[in-house]
Amino acid sequence: MKSAMSKRKLKDTCGASAECISQVQKILRERFCHRPSATGKLFGIEFQYRHLLELLKRTTLHGESNSALIVGPRGSGKTTLLNHVLKDLREMKQVRGNLLEVHLNGLLQTSDKVALKEITRQLQLENVVGDKVFGSFAETLAFLLEALRKGDRTSSCPVLFVLDEFDLFVHHKNQTLLYNLFDISQSAQTPVTIIGLTCRQDILELLEKRVKSRFSHRQIYLMNSFDFKQYVKIFKEQLSLPAEFPDEPFAQKWNDNIQHLSEDKIVQDVLQNLFHHTKDLRSLYFLLMLAVSAVTVHHPLLTAADLQEASRQHGTDSKANIVHGLSVLEICLIIAMKHLNDVYDGEPFNFQMVYNEFQKFIQRKAHSMYNFEKPVVMKAFEHLLQLELVKPLERPSARAQREYLLMRLLLDNTQIMDALQVYPNCPTDVKQWAASSLSWL
Amino acid sequence: MNTRQQSKLIYSWYGKPMSSDRKLRTSQYKGIVITSESSRTETCIQLGDFILVEGVNADRPYVAQLLDLYEDGAQHKRAVVQWFCHIGEIPQNKRKLLKREISPQEVFFDQVLGYDTDIDAQTIIKSIMVIPLHPEEELPITLNKEQTFYVKQSWDGKCFKALSPDTFSKLKAKKKKGSTPDSSEPFIPSDILTPLKKETESVVRSATKPKNAESKHSVSKSSLAKERQSQRAANDIKTPTARKKLELSSPTRSKGRLLGSEVLDLLDDDRDAIAPLESAATKRKVTFTSDILGSPPKIPCSSDKSKSVSDTAEPCQRFSDTIRLSPYPKAKDFSEKAKNLHMEDDIIFLVGHQKPGTQSPVLTPRSRRTCAQRTSALIAQHISVLNQEDDLSSSDSSYSSSSEEEEEEEDVPCTPEKKTKSSRIFSTPKSSSKSSVHTPAKTPKKTPLPGTPKTPRNATPEIPRRSHAAQKPASVLEEARLRLHVSAVPESLPCREEEFQDIYNFVESKLIDGTGGCMYISGVPGTGKTATVHEVIRCLQQAAENDELPPFQLVEINGMKLTDPHQAYVQILELLTGQKVTATHAAVLLAKLFNTPGPKRKTTVLIVDELDLLWTRKQNVMYNLFDWPTQKHSKLIILAIANTMDLPERIMMNRVASRLGLTRMAFQPYTYKQLQHIISSRLKDVKAFEEDAIQLVSRKQYIPRAGGMTARVVIMHSDKMSGFSSVWHNVAALSGDARRCLDICRRATEICEFAEPKRSPEIVGMAHVTEAIDEMFSSPYINAIRNASLHEQIFLKAILAEFRRAGVEEATVQQVYHQHMALCRIEGMQRPTVSEMMAICSRLGASRLLLLEASNKYLHMRVRLNLSQDDVMYALREE
Repeated sequence: MKSAMSKRKLKDTCGASAECISQVQKILRERFCHRPSATGKLFGIEFQYRHLLELLKRTTLHGESNSALIVGPRGSGKTTLLNHVLKDLREMKQVRGNLLEVHLNGLLQTSDKVALKEITRQLQLENVVGDKVFGSFAETLAFLLEALRKGDRTSSCPVLFVLDEFDLFVHHKNQTLLYNLFDISQSAQTPVTIIGLTCRQDILELLEKRVKSRFSHRQIYLMNSFDFKQYVKIFKEQLSLPAEFPDEPFAQKWNDNIQHLSEDKIVQDVLQNLFHHTKDLRSLYFLLMLAVSAVTVHHPLLTAADLQEASRQHGTDSKANIVHGLSVLEICLIIAMKHLNDVYDGEPFNFQMVYNEFQKFIQRKAHSMYNFEKPVVMKAFEHLLQLELVKPLERPSARAQREYLLMRLLLDNTQIMDALQVYPNCPTDVKQWAASSLSWL
Repeated sequence: MNTRQQSKLIYSWYGKPMSSDRKLRTSQYKGIVITSESSRTETCIQLGDFILVEGVNADRPYVAQLLDLYEDGAQHKRAVVQWFCHIGEIPQNKRKLLKREISPQEVFFDQVLGYDTDIDAQTIIKSIMVIPLHPEEELPITLNKEQTFYVKQSWDGKCFKALSPDTFSKLKAKKKKGSTPDSSEPFIPSDILTPLKKETESVVRSATKPKNAESKHSVSKSSLAKERQSQRAANDIKTPTARKKLELSSPTRSKGRLLGSEVLDLLDDDRDAIAPLESAATKRKVTFTSDILGSPPKIPCSSDKSKSVSDTAEPCQRFSDTIRLSPYPKAKDFSEKAKNLHMEDDIIFLVGHQKPGTQSPVLTPRSRRTCAQRTSALIAQHISVLNQEDDLSSSDSSYSSSSEEEEEEEDVPCTPEKKTKSSRIFSTPKSSSKSSVHTPAKTPKKTPLPGTPKTPRNATPEIPRRSHAAQKPASVLEEARLRLHVSAVPESLPCREEEFQDIYNFVESKLIDGTGGCMYISGVPGTGKTATVHEVIRCLQQAAENDELPPFQLVEINGMKLTDPHQAYVQILELLTGQKVTATHAAVLLAKLFNTPGPKRKTTVLIVDELDLLWTRKQNVMYNLFDWPTQKHSKLIILAIANTMDLPERIMMNRVASRLGLTRMAFQPYTYKQLQHIISSRLKDVKAFEEDAIQLVSRKQYIPRAGGMTARVVIMHSDKMSGFSSVWHNVAALSGDARRCLDICRRATEICEFAEPKRSPEIVGMAHVTEAIDEMFSSPYINAIRNASLHEQIFLKAILAEFRRAGVEEATVQQVYHQHMALCRIEGMQRPTVSEMMAICSRLGASRLLLLEASNKYLHMRVRLNLSQDDVMYALREE
């Protein structure tokens, strides 16, 4: 849309460039948004890639049963790794037609019953039983176990089970599904390989002891174990245009700019800051996404300022924005609560206490503030409640008077002070009061 | 209808005691009369008759010959029988000795010792025909499958033998004798003369034709037996409840077992129509007349008479009968609608009749009178052949339909002819002859493909074949890996010899004694419990095959493979008898099976794996399981396997635990020496591992139980293994697990292969094993912390600082945030915003380095470490 708009503005100057820009945005958007696809690159997990590929190759070629877990924090590339391996595996000649895949997700298959139905569907076993609809859970289980028991290592087609969000399967009753899958993998039946994906480091402790004993204890850890240099390299590679980009001079120019950016001090600072917060590549992509969306026909090349702005947006505190839009009265109430927190060391308070604190300020110090009636203050207080800047300790009941309901403030002092700094037209006395509750003494 | 179903079958002696033994207080009789209250019919079975006896599986009653009848001191009616066995009763592995297809109608003269030949007379269902054949003879065509069985060979538990001439002649004689009228004739109730076909036919004919309760007879034997069984089980009635009159005799007898000549057989089954052989014809006539003459209806209300008398009342009655007969609800519906419409009645009848046919090859029940058996045998022969053909065509789709055409041709023209003839020849009421014609003609047509179940229940699902052949192991390492896989079946189970012997002795002694018992086997996972039990069973089966032990039946269930504890009943029953029923019904049937003495009961060995999962609140599953072996007649041996040694004490109620008994066995975790032995024995001649490496693997797995079950033990490997600082083990879960041990070895071979793909002498060394162990057991937390981002690490430090400050191992995010900012200030870093902080917090929470409360509490969310503070410090200090 942006490029279309700019096209209209600058039709005369650079029509070809507009085309380029939309191309660039398309390429980069695909890179940043469709992460788990097998098209992207793998960074720093070549070892794990080889390990997994070997494992699956042995399953398909030798019919060896296995089980493995891929463990890593969110965004560390577990699914990407698996998709890469599967893509490369499917391209191999000996593998084609030798592997059945069953993909399950703990968020979708919330119980063993659902999971079993899905397995039957994906293995296309439902055709075997004609139009029969499975009656009971027990029947489905017996049916599936029977099907898998029939096979043997040398003649049956190996089955690959991919259990995404593996930790959720652990909570199924008795871990029946996991027990049976692992049991098959440890007995001379149809060769199966079970790959679980999870972000929980304590996953093995969740397995029931019998299930655990049957699991072959192969764990592939993805750790984001790269350092900052590699991080900058990833940044560069992800922003660079491919060689097959249609407009070669532009691509050249773009890539040079990116190279230049990666050496820029400001950009490095931005990246360093993000890197310190998280090594998760998804955050990097999110940042780059924000930056790249600033690219227009007018502004065809990415600048350090774009990245800085993106970083600022990326790092903004979510509550600060809300505080920004409050009325002065509401700000005053929040300051009163802050003082109460200071005085009582974080003990909960009620409206009456806040109102008293506010009255003290009005009577002694305030010059600009109008002395609002209690119901008006109450209204402001309730607005804060709705915004969830204040949270009651327990659910409000009909019996308890609203004024005396115990509350907690969901803002930190630093957040309040930061918000006041940027609050437009904040009365000076309010600012002073915020800085110190004793300022009138 | 219900009341009728529940009416009783009364068993009474026929005649006076032939002899009696004062001392034993027994008296012998020559016949027994079964009276059904509901249909008010009687049947007499005499010594030497062949009978069906209620068995474990209602679909397949046992076949036997009645040798003796007596009443014992306790006034119980007992019978002594000579068993015949179905092909289904012969162990699978022995069946191939026969080297031929066995029709379901063929039985074997049973010479297996150890079967109880003394049975309760009340388990007798009815009489049938058993015809001896020479081994080279083909089974003749029969119309009446359920009524007639053939015996060619004898079975003594080891091999099949041709019938000895002596036995043959005896059996033959029995048959002959049956064909001649004897003293029992007068006793036979008149209903014998009114076969079911008669009624059905007559229905078609004229609405006014007498109908009777006999239409019931058309029900297949199987459903009859089933009904008996289920009803008995359900009502817990001691005496068998009456279902229907058990026999229907056809009015004609013919001698003609016309071996090998199909045509004649066919003709003969249309028995009333054409006399196939003169002798047969004469014989038949004679017999028949004698029948009629000799059997004045003893009971005044016997069906024949009542039929002719009360025409109007009959249709209704017949209706209910039909309903009862038809095992399918569809037929019931029909029949209800069709009240009083005789044409429809007939249709219903056919429906009811045809369906049982699909279920089992058995058909119309017939008279048990020997003289009546002849004819019925012929009919049965016809049916059996037709059914065999059906069988063939069902199993082999390429089978030509010619036989079916033939069969139709044969059937159709026969009908009218028969009718006329029969009425001409015999003086019996028309109806009877008509009906007798009717059934044979109809039934074969309507019994399609007994072999192919239409229900997909029996469909055999299968994973598709692979398109390329699996590669053979190419290198030493691949070979080793194959052998080290847990699924690889070792030739022997080393290091479990004692346990093996104990279990073997236990089961063996119970088998020999013919009693039941329980054994509880415990041990941590991966100690070879299930493998040992399987090995024992394999050896016992071997011994049983070699005839050193009585044969037994194996049933295995696994608590983990059941979706619900009650499903255990379903699985046991299905494995025992092949029936599929609901859980509650299965429980009833099993209880009946094990609690009542059954004839010909083999010992059952039941393996219950993962016993603890059969726990229910009332514990009735466990209770039943362990109660059955204590029953006198159950002959049930249970091997229960579970992980915890004190399971009986911990989760079982006293009454369950006491039934489980005290025969227990605990599998100790393998010691490192044993593990070493296991690996070496698996590898055998394959030289893939260095000796030290194996030792290391084994030692690694064996951890002395020092620190209690849940204690964590740090093992420092200081001397040999460099760069291998500490490994955390959970003792309870890891020690002595052979599976784990094998997995480590397998992984080591992979690492070896992976590391040096080109090195020629591939041998797994110390370094590879160390790496594999490290990979499998190094704590993921330490690595995860070391690879976390800087702020994440600072956050963890802030948590530690806050814990130290507060002295409590729990803090709110707000408190940690303040600490975090302080730390940032020291480090000279930009401080994160609260949102960034929350993101860090939730990331750490997702990988479970931290334990978090629900996130809606925002700053007041409480945080805890999921690992010890020492671990965190250790991980952070290393930097």
